Amino acid sequence: MNDTFQLDGEDIPFAPGQTIMQAATAHGVYIPHLCWHPDFSAHGSCKLCTVKINGRFGSSCITQAQPGLEVENRSMELDEKRRTLLQMLFVEGNHFCPSCEKSGNCRLQATAYELNMMSPHFDMFYPNRPVDASHPDVLLDFNRCIMCSLCVAASRDADGKNVFYMGGRGLLGRRVHISSESGRLGDTDFAVTDRAAGICPVGVILPKRRGFAVPIGQRKYDLAPIGEHVAEDAS
Amino acid sequence: MSDTDTIDAVLDRHHGDGTRLMQILRETQEQLGWLAPATLTRIAHAIGWPRAMVEGTADFYSFFHTRPLGRYRVLWSDNITDRMLGNTGLIDAMCKKLWLEPGRVSEDGLVSVDTTSCTGMGDQGPALLVNYRAVTRMTAARVGEMVGLIRNETPVAEWPAEWFAVDDTIRRKDILLDHGLVAGQALAAALELGPEKMLAEIKAARLRGRGGAGFGTGLKWDACRNAEGHGAHPAHYVVCNADEGEPGTFKDRVLLTSHADLVFEGMSIAGLVVGAKKGLLYLRGEYRYLLDPLESALAARRQAGLLGADILGTAFEFDIEIHLGAGAYICGEESALIESLEGKPGRPRIRPPFPVTHGYLDQPTTVNNVETLAASCLIAAHGSAWYARHGTEKSTGSKLLSVSGDCERPGIYEYPYGVTVRQVLEDCGAGFGKCDCQAVQISGPSGLCLTAAEFDRRIAFEDIPTAGAFMVFDESRDMFEVARNFAHFFAHESCGFCTPCRVGTTLVRNLMDKIANRHGSPYDIDELFKLHRLMQGASHCGLGNSACNPIFDTLNKFRPAYERRLMSLDYEPAFDLDAALSQARQMTGRDDAAAHFSAHLPNEAEA
Repeated sequence: MNDTFQLDGEDIPFAPGQTIMQAATAHGVYIPHLCWHPDFSAHGSCKLCTVKINGRFGSSCITQAQPGLEVENRSMELDEKRRTLLQMLFVEGNHFCPSCEKSGNCRLQATAYELNMMSPHFDMFYPNRPVDASHPDVLLDFNRCIMCSLCVAASRDADGKNVFYMGGRGLLGRRVHISSESGRLGDTDFAVTDRAAGICPVGVILPKRRGFAVPIGQRKYDLAPIGEHVAEDAS
Repeated sequence: MSDTDTIDAVLDRHHGDGTRLMQILRETQEQLGWLAPATLTRIAHAIGWPRAMVEGTADFYSFFHTRPLGRYRVLWSDNITDRMLGNTGLIDAMCKKLWLEPGRVSEDGLVSVDTTSCTGMGDQGPALLVNYRAVTRMTAARVGEMVGLIRNETPVAEWPAEWFAVDDTIRRKDILLDHGLVAGQALAAALELGPEKMLAEIKAARLRGRGGAGFGTGLKWDACRNAEGHGAHPAHYVVCNADEGEPGTFKDRVLLTSHADLVFEGMSIAGLVVGAKKGLLYLRGEYRYLLDPLESALAARRQAGLLGADILGTAFEFDIEIHLGAGAYICGEESALIESLEGKPGRPRIRPPFPVTHGYLDQPTTVNNVETLAASCLIAAHGSAWYARHGTEKSTGSKLLSVSGDCERPGIYEYPYGVTVRQVLEDCGAGFGKCDCQAVQISGPSGLCLTAAEFDRRIAFEDIPTAGAFMVFDESRDMFEVARNFAHFFAHESCGFCTPCRVGTTLVRNLMDKIANRHGSPYDIDELFKLHRLMQGASHCGLGNSACNPIFDTLNKFRPAYERRLMSLDYEPAFDLDAALSQARQMTGRDDAAAHFSAHLPNEAEA
């Protein structure tokens, strides 16, 4: 690991084949992201990890590290764009943090705090997305879906089940499909012990009969901002 | 035949091959009317795919429906040129006669009327699709007759044939449309040269892609040729991109109608060069009516020994398959097109790797535009030196332009590269003097909007690169409405994969509607610029990156068209505050000045 590139002026070592995101994470540097997860292949859809690579915008999760690259990460310009992207995600769904079981453990909320998002800014879309409570152990509330596809990847690559698939088109059409004729989770072989059950960065996939086991204020991102959790992704 | 028998017959015809899912879904829907949940389950089971994946594909394309949308589905082409020809009034009239709301299915399940993106009939609009068959030149009288036929449930096959007539309207021919080649001539020349020399000729001719981006065709073929096939079934593929979706473009339609042999021959030449045995032509769903004639043309070529094994008595083997799309503009992007060819939603892939190394079925694939492939025949037949004499130094050969909008003679114009915009305008009769030409939108909504001061610019890669759309707007047109039409187009066509494009295109559309509804302020214009800056850098593919181009262009060049709609110089909400108070006024029985919002505003905002 002799090669390095520059990230906000700091030398970041990388192994051949690593992306900018992987190298930065391994080195303990946080690049904001939502759809990327170290255990799965990069999806490249949320665009929160957009950085400036030798002066050009690019997604750090899908761009290979190269020796000598100059990468801008936490500049005002980029964080401003990230704030706008977060606001887009907030208004696209129905995100009511105070009543959400995921509050404090939610990566969308934590990233919004990290980037000082003070308001949703745009008009809310208030989509009408039904809740799926058909499964005995798991509740699905797609009102909070941010289309990251992590559940798709986990069910496919870790569980070997293909319970989820991202389909549809555009703002109102795009959604996660459930692999059953009824479209209900209860009619699939999904299990609460599946990797996919715990992968959702927001509050879509929630275990039933467990609420507020840890009080709000003492949860993961209440204790330390998301940028300080980067070591978890590196391990 | 029961529904399950119908589905099984379709599946059998496609050998239960999931990569043929698009064709399986289309053929099933053509017979059953829609794709019911049980239908999707049966198909998923037969092709061995997770059901959610099959539903994901069915759900992605505008022309597939997972709920019944009427035995007659009327989709009006809603490009700005259709609007300029009065389609809005015709749609209203049709809906009124049918007692129908646009987008809704009639109570008896008979009919639905909706709009769709440009159907590629800009030279003979207003156009529509009825059960996915193209109808041109709609008039009020035709609307009346059509409603009668729908009410009487007359099968579409028995409707007047002239409604389905699609003319070529070729107005100016140059080297390509006047090629004079007979079937097999160019291919024979290429076979004589052999793949290496043929490739060298393409490079020496400096042929560049006609789809808009202008990538060197020789470079692309070379990269594909040099890439190794891999896995259990190593192969190379040639893909012809006939997903002509850019609003205002229709040149590929004409090439495929009257010069199909030239296109197929270009694909064969590409196959020879890159070492492919199979070519795939991806035809946009709007051109469904071309499928049967194209299949016949392929059969004739097989008969003539121009496709199949031992082509023209040589060891060269190549055949072509046609895949039909299903209403998704994004599939014009080459990696999205490949996804669609594989039966998946048309979502642009992460690149690199590029299709030349990892394309169709992950194998080396060259994706070329219809016109590029046709042009390669000229180089095979006449040589690179002859070809490079046409056009300019950096843009050799000729370009087909699809001219539509405010001109006397819309249609196809072929020019050597380097022609000025002014020349095209004069030739098509875009009336200088009578009603002056105000602007030209080149290369569709994602292209450039030119004003009169720029009419001496040239159609060429070094000046104005274009896929060929050339929409003319005279002085009477409102350029804000043009841009708003394009904003609606992008919001409808965004694939939804990445955040900036999925949400951004809709935010832009809503802002444009807000301004149109006279609730806009300079603040909203700043917002449009902000979204443009974000989407341009952060989007996953060209659609999102260029979706704000028409707004950016018209804002810079036609700002008064925006400003005369602005309500105040401060912020304006998207809703009418005073109207929102009407219920409170009703409840309190008040209607005095103080019960109106305007009474509480500073004076200058009342204007």
